[in-house]
Amino acid sequence: MSEPTGSLPVLTSLDPCEVERIRRDFPMLRERIRDKPLVYLDNAATTQKPLTVIYALQRYYTGENASVHRGVHFLSQQATVAFERSRARLCRFINAADPAEIVFVRGTTEAINLVAQSYGRAHIGSGDEIILSHLEHHANIVPWQMLCEQTGARIRVAPVDDQGMFIMKAYERLLNERTRLVAVSHASNALGTVLPVKQIAVRAHRWGARVLVDGAQAVSHIPVDVQDMDCDFYAFSGHKMFGPTGIGVLYGRRLLLETMPPYQGGGEMIRSVTFERTTYAEPPHKFEAGTPNIAGAMAMEAAVDYIDAIGRSRLAMYENQLLVYATQTLERIDGVRLIGTGTPKVGVISFVMDAAHPHDIGTILDSEGIAIRTGHHCAQPVMQRFGVPATARVSLAVYNTREEIDTLATGLRKVIEVFT
Amino acid sequence: MTELRKLYQQIMLDHNKQPRNYGRLENANRDQEGHNPLCGDRLHLYLHVDGERILDIRFEGSGCAISRASASLMTAALKGGTIADAEAYFADFHAMTTSSPDAPVDTDRLGKLAIFAGVREFPMRIKCATLPWHTLRAALKGTDTTVTTE
Repeated sequence: MSEPTGSLPVLTSLDPCEVERIRRDFPMLRERIRDKPLVYLDNAATTQKPLTVIYALQRYYTGENASVHRGVHFLSQQATVAFERSRARLCRFINAADPAEIVFVRGTTEAINLVAQSYGRAHIGSGDEIILSHLEHHANIVPWQMLCEQTGARIRVAPVDDQGMFIMKAYERLLNERTRLVAVSHASNALGTVLPVKQIAVRAHRWGARVLVDGAQAVSHIPVDVQDMDCDFYAFSGHKMFGPTGIGVLYGRRLLLETMPPYQGGGEMIRSVTFERTTYAEPPHKFEAGTPNIAGAMAMEAAVDYIDAIGRSRLAMYENQLLVYATQTLERIDGVRLIGTGTPKVGVISFVMDAAHPHDIGTILDSEGIAIRTGHHCAQPVMQRFGVPATARVSLAVYNTREEIDTLATGLRKVIEVFT
Repeated sequence: MTELRKLYQQIMLDHNKQPRNYGRLENANRDQEGHNPLCGDRLHLYLHVDGERILDIRFEGSGCAISRASASLMTAALKGGTIADAEAYFADFHAMTTSSPDAPVDTDRLGKLAIFAGVREFPMRIKCATLPWHTLRAALKGTDTTVTTE
């Protein structure tokens, strides 16, 4: 049998049976909370973990545990091979040009701090400017403020419109010869808005500025290609993409990583040490002082394999359909106001209700076994922009279903019932 | 639903909807900001104190039902009383909210404030109930900076 010529493969979303199979891979989804089946809608905070990821951790600690890059013994060599294989796998996952561009870190926050303190202190000085979007998570604000305090650089904020959309024209006006770096989210954690990172990068590069993209909320939801995006740095966390906590990735262009000073000193990152002088290893090891999170790296590889087995385009398509359904469902509930209605979006819905404060919404939904996030989502400037002290946030993953959205709607009607 | 009903009792829902002593107090001689950075709740407490007596007390701010109702019931309990009464209420309220969920509650001493015993089942919400009280304490001590629950 041969494929019919001239036809493109047709991408289809996931059908309910496939989603049901996916759900069975996640032991946590079988839990009962407050005597109700768990409805987990807090995936932007952290996702649940599939068995393959859990087994990868278990396999390493039960049969493969050894340190990497040092021992000549069998287990150490095996661990080194597996650790570097995970790096190569992550390189392919985001289409980086070279595994040396993948630096293992604790998570997105550490990745951004690394760039601020290493690249930033070397290349950003007094009077220089750093552009952030108004949608940033505190992790993509505070490290830059710390850098500004150290160097005398200043932060400029690219605004968003009333739908939460990045305003390209306003951003263009902020760019100038003092702009050294533009740091933006790929997708907003508070609203879900996807930023036009490729267009942002093109414009920044015209002024010779570097571009860091915070990919924490994007990487397990939409396809990511760092070369096509043409960013200089891309940061993401394992635990928001079905992997474990305490591991993440900083992608950096190799030429940049080579010129950057180390972030932390210690073992693993050196070539030779005397009391007079130390020479550093090449990237990525230059930035990986100390024994790394080896089990985490192996589990990250399992997480990436899991995502790619579903297929990122199909996954994105399914999540988008679910987002549309959830948006329509919430809009039909009296007194619900959505914050951030622009498109495209990842599966995040932020909302407030006339009847109740977000924290009270969260507590009542919790009594129904429904987990959502309430508060400022570590993005207080976003809350200020939309004039609310806090929101309730529903965030989706590939294992969520329409039935769960219906359960959420029932829970929200109960909120109204309690408070009116 | 029982735990939830214990938390959101009718009296609390009523004080949330129609808070007592709400709004700025023009002749205040003590005032204090309270902030819960974890959830963004903000409270501004105003007192008119004459010697040992709290002649008037009002509050304004934005917060969840629990913090609003707590501020409302607190001001209702303290208005016209002495600072010593306020300190005693604070101690009793604090002891109640930090006790285990099944510990007995001294309703004679706490009166309506005893309804906040329900937060003990919801550890993340205890600070919502205690924010007004911590703000009160700072106001009476005359601290200048905003108090936070953290």
